[in-house]
Amino acid sequence: MTAYDAAVIGAGAVGSAIASALTRQGARVALIEARGDVGAGTSKANTAIWHTGFDAKPGSLEARLVARGHRLLEERAEEFGWPIQRVGALLVAWDEEQVARLDAIIEQSRANGYTRARAMSADEVYAAEPCLGPGALAGVGIPDEGLLDPWTITLALATDAVVNGATLLLDTPVSRIDRVADGYSIETPSGVVSCAWLVNAAGLGSDLVDRAAGHSGFTITPRRGQLIVYDKAARDLVRHVILPVPTATTKGVLVSPTVYGNVLLGPTAEDLEDRTDTRVTPEGLDFLLGHGRRIMPELLDFEVTATYAGLRAATEHSDYCYAVFERYVRVAGIRSTGISSCLALAEQVCGDLAEAGLVTTPISTPRTIRMPNLAEDRPRPYADADLIAGDPAYGDLVCLCERVSAGEIRDALASLVPPRDTDGLRRRTRALAGRCQGFHCGARVAAALAGRP
Amino acid sequence: MTDVLIIGGGPAGLSAAAAIAARGARVRVVDRDEAAGGVPRHSHHPGYGLREARVLDGPAYARRLVERAIRAGARIDVRATVTDLRPLVGGGAEADITAPGGRETVSARAVVLATGCRERPRSARLVAGSRPSGVLTTGWLQRLVHLDQGSPGTRAVVVGAEHVSYSAVVTLAEAGCRTVAMVTQDDNHVSFAAFDLVARARFRFPVLTRTRISDIHGGDRVTGVTIERSDGRRGHVECDTVVFTGDWYPESDLAVRARIDRDPRTHGPLVDTRARTGTPGVFAAGNLIHPASTADACRQDGKRLADGVASWLDGSAWPDAWASIDVHSPLLWSAPGHFVPGEAGPIRLQTARPVNSPRFQVEQDGRAIWHGRLPYIRPTRPFALPAAALAGARGPVRIRIA
Ligand SMILES: Cc1cc2nc3c(=O)[nH]c(=O)nc-3n(C[C@H](O)[C@H](O)[C@H](O)COP(=O)(O)OP(=O)(O)OC[C@H]3O[C@@H](n4cnc5c(N)ncnc54)[C@H](O)[C@@H]3O)c2cc1C
Ligand SMILES: Cc1cc2nc3c(=O)[nH]c(=O)nc-3n(C[C@H](O)[C@H](O)[C@H](O)COP(=O)(O)OP(=O)(O)OC[C@H]3O[C@@H](n4cnc5c(N)ncnc54)[C@H](O)[C@@H]3O)c2cc1C
Repeated sequence: MTAYDAAVIGAGAVGSAIASALTRQGARVALIEARGDVGAGTSKANTAIWHTGFDAKPGSLEARLVARGHRLLEERAEEFGWPIQRVGALLVAWDEEQVARLDAIIEQSRANGYTRARAMSADEVYAAEPCLGPGALAGVGIPDEGLLDPWTITLALATDAVVNGATLLLDTPVSRIDRVADGYSIETPSGVVSCAWLVNAAGLGSDLVDRAAGHSGFTITPRRGQLIVYDKAARDLVRHVILPVPTATTKGVLVSPTVYGNVLLGPTAEDLEDRTDTRVTPEGLDFLLGHGRRIMPELLDFEVTATYAGLRAATEHSDYCYAVFERYVRVAGIRSTGISSCLALAEQVCGDLAEAGLVTTPISTPRTIRMPNLAEDRPRPYADADLIAGDPAYGDLVCLCERVSAGEIRDALASLVPPRDTDGLRRRTRALAGRCQGFHCGARVAAALAGRP
Repeated sequence: MTDVLIIGGGPAGLSAAAAIAARGARVRVVDRDEAAGGVPRHSHHPGYGLREARVLDGPAYARRLVERAIRAGARIDVRATVTDLRPLVGGGAEADITAPGGRETVSARAVVLATGCRERPRSARLVAGSRPSGVLTTGWLQRLVHLDQGSPGTRAVVVGAEHVSYSAVVTLAEAGCRTVAMVTQDDNHVSFAAFDLVARARFRFPVLTRTRISDIHGGDRVTGVTIERSDGRRGHVECDTVVFTGDWYPESDLAVRARIDRDPRTHGPLVDTRARTGTPGVFAAGNLIHPASTADACRQDGKRLADGVASWLDGSAWPDAWASIDVHSPLLWSAPGHFVPGEAGPIRLQTARPVNSPRFQVEQDGRAIWHGRLPYIRPTRPFALPAAALAGARGPVRIRIA
């Protein structure tokens, strides 16, 4: 039995951020993940928008943490090397009813402390976004919304925790949790983990973990979001995150560039029972194509590179389910903004634990890591003559559509938190994420993963 | 110095290299693969080089083309990927090339794009379901089996019923994987009747026509597919592998980057009868412009464009006006997509429907200027009309089946 100061359940963006922050605070941390990799739950399948929180519910914890998280992600981008692109959002009204709501949206953003949202006329909207479909009547510009790289953020934070001493337990689903005198004792297939503090960041499984820890008070309803990824050739069509006017239940279907240089169309919002059902459906795809045809008809002429779906961990509460109990922190219901807010959530947890009596000595000089760049707007190894001159492996392209070199694949396999399968390798390098989906490189990528030349 | 940079060392690029180098120009071929030869390099079945009345298997055919290009004096660089292409003022283009030996920028007076085409993967076809492993294309399958000695699963469903689909069945069988069904949305397969008969007798699988895959099932690995017939009936087929075949799309990334005009019908660069694109000094050939024709048709493209490249290098002007070539249903596209009146050349066409004994008519200003007949045409198998079809044309033409 190992004793940890804190055990964090769930290695998504939220759990990884918390593990990293607590570890740097000097705590002995176990990061416990049911799956074979970090970031393989909701944190891998979302819309990848860097939210300002302009549209959150004023006064909510979510509003405060998204705004704070937005700033922290940028502040730490240089240190970790994750891409952040402040492309700005354009919220578009397509009918009079929507136009009538724009003032209230700007009001709401002010109430959230965000002062740079501004009303735009139809002419201004089309000047900002020339390929927008016909019929836009007015809009709101939100210049600080942007794009982020959820794969790299999650991996960076998990790796940061590990490099500074946290223990990462993969393939370790938590089923039973017992309250013991000085904390919790967690039963897993690979043994018992005991800890002074239990942090529940289990995403879609967080209500089950909550109950196992002896609590109740919320239930997760998975809300599926299906998305379509368009070919990189479509990137020039789109300049901003193009948002619809939100309704009470959903932020609606958006069109957005990605940091990797593709264009996204989505997501849907479907309440499900099954917490694992990340299928895409014919109905879902049709629904998205219908919206896409209206928002940006030209987009539909481009090839589809991928389709996928993610599950939001929705609850019966409108705000995050965040609470600190005796030796237990609940960080749940982080529905649709958790990548943006993850660093702020981690800061919150650290502060609350310190206040509750977790005394540790911060690591004076934490080790730092820098992630390989997957974004299109910054140099990648294939274009770096000096790097290739020093190591020919960076000039040996394996995945041709995404220009991924043998050197990058080698580095990923040798990293502290290495991929176990092609999916994991794809999130670390983008190998196989391109338009041919393996026609040219599938066999060679699989061979590289298996350690064959 | 390079006079001519050829991007892509498949049948089209290699034969262009041989023909141009034979005229004395300095030719450099770059190919991103570990060896030149293109797709035939990993198509281990006979069926190549039919026009020369010698049937070779893919690798032998590829080797021959490589040898000819080298003998003619072309330089071939492999593991060299062109990542960007920019037209130069005055003609030609410069290419950024990444290779283990270094990153370089090469400019050439003439550039030939011969980057081939790929099969559209499952995602591009918007097939719903979960995303397990075991979903491939024929290109992936062939490399897996022949270049990496990897193995697919044990029970495969093959999507498509064209030449390449039967090629997938053979490759699967070689790797010990049984084809349990072939599905096509068409009324019939569109390969040679003999291929179909032999393959089905030997491998015993049904061809399910007017059927599509509506759903893919499985967690880590495919466990089955839901098939849906055109009348709405559904069924389940258990399998651990799904191979999406055919449905070709040109590898036109560099043309897009260099802002070279494309033909919206093929999505490849728009070319004329001399393989000239709209960008002076840039030519295009092979399956990049007519996806997907036989390797030998691509080889002939390559040979044919050598004259045009030579005359461009000798200082002839690039045209700035072309007459369009339109096609009428069931024809889908033509390559070339336009021409300079007076410059006749063969025209490759694609049909949406099978037609027996079609009689073709080329019209100019609503008047027929040429007639010709072919024995039959089939979808997914581009075919050619002879140069004579354009010989009398003085302006825009329209091709129809009378
Ligand atoms: C369609 C969609 C679009 C979105 N768009 C955005 C966006 O644009 N911007 C943004 O900031 N956010 C967005 N989000 C939200 C964001 O993705 C989530 O808020 C965030 O990923 C939540 O991270 P997490 O770490 O809480 O959850 P997860 O990433 O799901 O991590 C939880 C982890 O806990 C593990 N786990 C569960 N149960 C157990 C157990 N019993 N034992 C051990 N481990 C367990 C799981 O395996 C999982 O890895 C979107 C979400 C969706 C679905
Ligand atoms: C499974 C299968 C079976 C087939 N069977 C037959 C058959 O039996 N008989 C027959 O006649 N035809 C057959 N074909 C068709 C035939 O192989 C093709 O028509 C022919 O290879 C096309 O030639 P190409 O030169 O246009 O393109 P390709 O052969 O595709 O060559 C293109 C080359 O360009 C390179 N390239 C692409 N982009 C770049 C870049 N950016 N930088 C550097 N290099 C690049 C590629 O690596 C490749 O080598 C088959 C095709 C397939 C897929």
